[in-house]
Amino acid sequence: MAHLQPDSPYATERFADTTKTIAFSPEAKAKFDALLERYPTKEAALLPALHLAQEEIGWVSPEVMVYLAGLLDLEPAKVLGVVTFYNMYNQRPVGRHHVQVCTNLSCMIRNAYDIYDRCLSKLGIHPGETTKDGRITVTEVECLGSCGTAPVVQINNDYHENASVESIDTLLDTLK
Amino acid sequence: MEPIRVLTKNVGKPGSASIDTYISGGGYESLKKALKSTPDELVQLVKDSEMRGRGGAGFPTGMKWSFLPKDSPKPRYLLCNADESEPGTFKDRVIIEHDPHLLIEGMIISAFAIRSCPMSYIYIRGEFHHGAMVLNRALDEARAKGFLGKNILGSGFDLDITVHRGAGAYICGEEMGLIESIEGHRGQPRVKPPFPAVVGVFGSPTIVNNVETLSCVPLIVEHGAEWFKSFGQPKNTGPKLYCVSGHVKKPGVYEFPMGVNLQELIYEHCGGITDDLPLKAVIPGGGSAPMLTPAEIDLPMNFDALMKAGTMFGSAGIIVMNSSTCIVDATWRMAKFFAHESCGQCTPCREGTNWMETILDRIERGGGRPQDADLLFDMTDNIGGKSLCALGDAACGPVASAVKKFRDEFIYHIEHKGCLPGTKRYRRLDMPVGAH
Repeated sequence: MAHLQPDSPYATERFADTTKTIAFSPEAKAKFDALLERYPTKEAALLPALHLAQEEIGWVSPEVMVYLAGLLDLEPAKVLGVVTFYNMYNQRPVGRHHVQVCTNLSCMIRNAYDIYDRCLSKLGIHPGETTKDGRITVTEVECLGSCGTAPVVQINNDYHENASVESIDTLLDTLK
Repeated sequence: MEPIRVLTKNVGKPGSASIDTYISGGGYESLKKALKSTPDELVQLVKDSEMRGRGGAGFPTGMKWSFLPKDSPKPRYLLCNADESEPGTFKDRVIIEHDPHLLIEGMIISAFAIRSCPMSYIYIRGEFHHGAMVLNRALDEARAKGFLGKNILGSGFDLDITVHRGAGAYICGEEMGLIESIEGHRGQPRVKPPFPAVVGVFGSPTIVNNVETLSCVPLIVEHGAEWFKSFGQPKNTGPKLYCVSGHVKKPGVYEFPMGVNLQELIYEHCGGITDDLPLKAVIPGGGSAPMLTPAEIDLPMNFDALMKAGTMFGSAGIIVMNSSTCIVDATWRMAKFFAHESCGQCTPCREGTNWMETILDRIERGGGRPQDADLLFDMTDNIGGKSLCALGDAACGPVASAVKKFRDEFIYHIEHKGCLPGTKRYRRLDMPVGAH
């Protein structure tokens, strides 16, 4: 199997390794089958199926895309197109805690960039990078719909509202 | 004007998201009443209420419903738009997380009124993981009580609702983008016409309504169209949720009759401006609305008054900025948002939004050129109205208004290569730039 860049972790920069066989866990497969019944077309289950896969392994690898394309009778390229369009599908592995700092206007004027800066400098990483121990990834995101309690930081699925540099500083220490 | 508790009457009650709390407050009575009338009567009732959609465009809901073709053999779909991605907007989240049954009841009545097929979808933005969980729990409760499923309350009407999570794309809040996204595609809006009422999701006639719009429906059924019209002004009726954020002492969601005075809302109900600084600018209707200056805010917050003032009511997401804000910095942040969220389909929007961001960035960094203010203004003219959906126009709103109303500050910034004295840049220029 030819690779564009054999060592690249980016899903969009290499082909799927077809020697690996992957599959949903039985629980996830049951959820996936239930999903199919909610839509008149198989294709419509793609977004929820990608969420399901990402919950399982933390990111959407090229192998996942090929696997889902097979399950849903789609071309892998179509799945790749969808994955790269939406922000929430991680195209490379992320840390156990994905820290997403909203810096849109309402958060920004309540000092969100100070929080973002603190996260990066404390962990010594660049935007979008993961700490070497695989603990934390930090990214900047657009409006999270929590402007009344700005600034807001989303860690995995949870919102931390009315955040401050101090509160995030403490919080980062507690993330294992 | 005094705040009201109509849409938010259950918010704050213990266990407000549970069906028992909802029923003990008179919940699902409207559904029983609605199922005894005919769909046409319900459409007429909503028309009579003169309710305009709460999602942003302000299109009359009853009229939208009546656009469905009468003789199409295809099933009809009702979609709830819970994508809520407009910067400064966080009202739907209050209903979803604190009173999900109000939305569900509204959806069942609305689906009955438009003779929907037995499946409806709530398109909720992916980041609202908690909201999706609350909704799924509430849907299970509603199924257990027989409000959803086959033959609802013996009426012969079948309906189930599926929560469909988005995955972080602002454009999916646009109805055609939302429809594409539910079908499993990239959320790139389709050309209109045909409008969704004729060809929508899965090729069928489709109605897309906002969370707040659908949540008003049970209230209209319960109290009648005249009661609904008793709130607000003619053509701008009903209770309304206002989201206030930014430099105010008490940010949050406030409920008022349509048309509360913007100045009164900011200074009396939200406690005024933080640090008691003077007000500098207000974005009245979510990130896409043109900015207002302090001299322009003595006006009622409704669709028509704001349109007359050259801005838009949008989703009623009010972002307040005090005098410490560098307007170039704030405008850059909005431009960055739209550059990030442009779906990439139409050239004027895809290229133009990125260029606007780039030019604002160079002004902020001290590299602005004398003609940049005019250039920005000219660009908005070349993007606005030249894209498939409203995102291109939306991107121009904040930029065009800022350049027009704060021209002196832009010129100062370009000439002096720095912020106007007394204003600060909230972003950090020394930070590494993350990939979009």
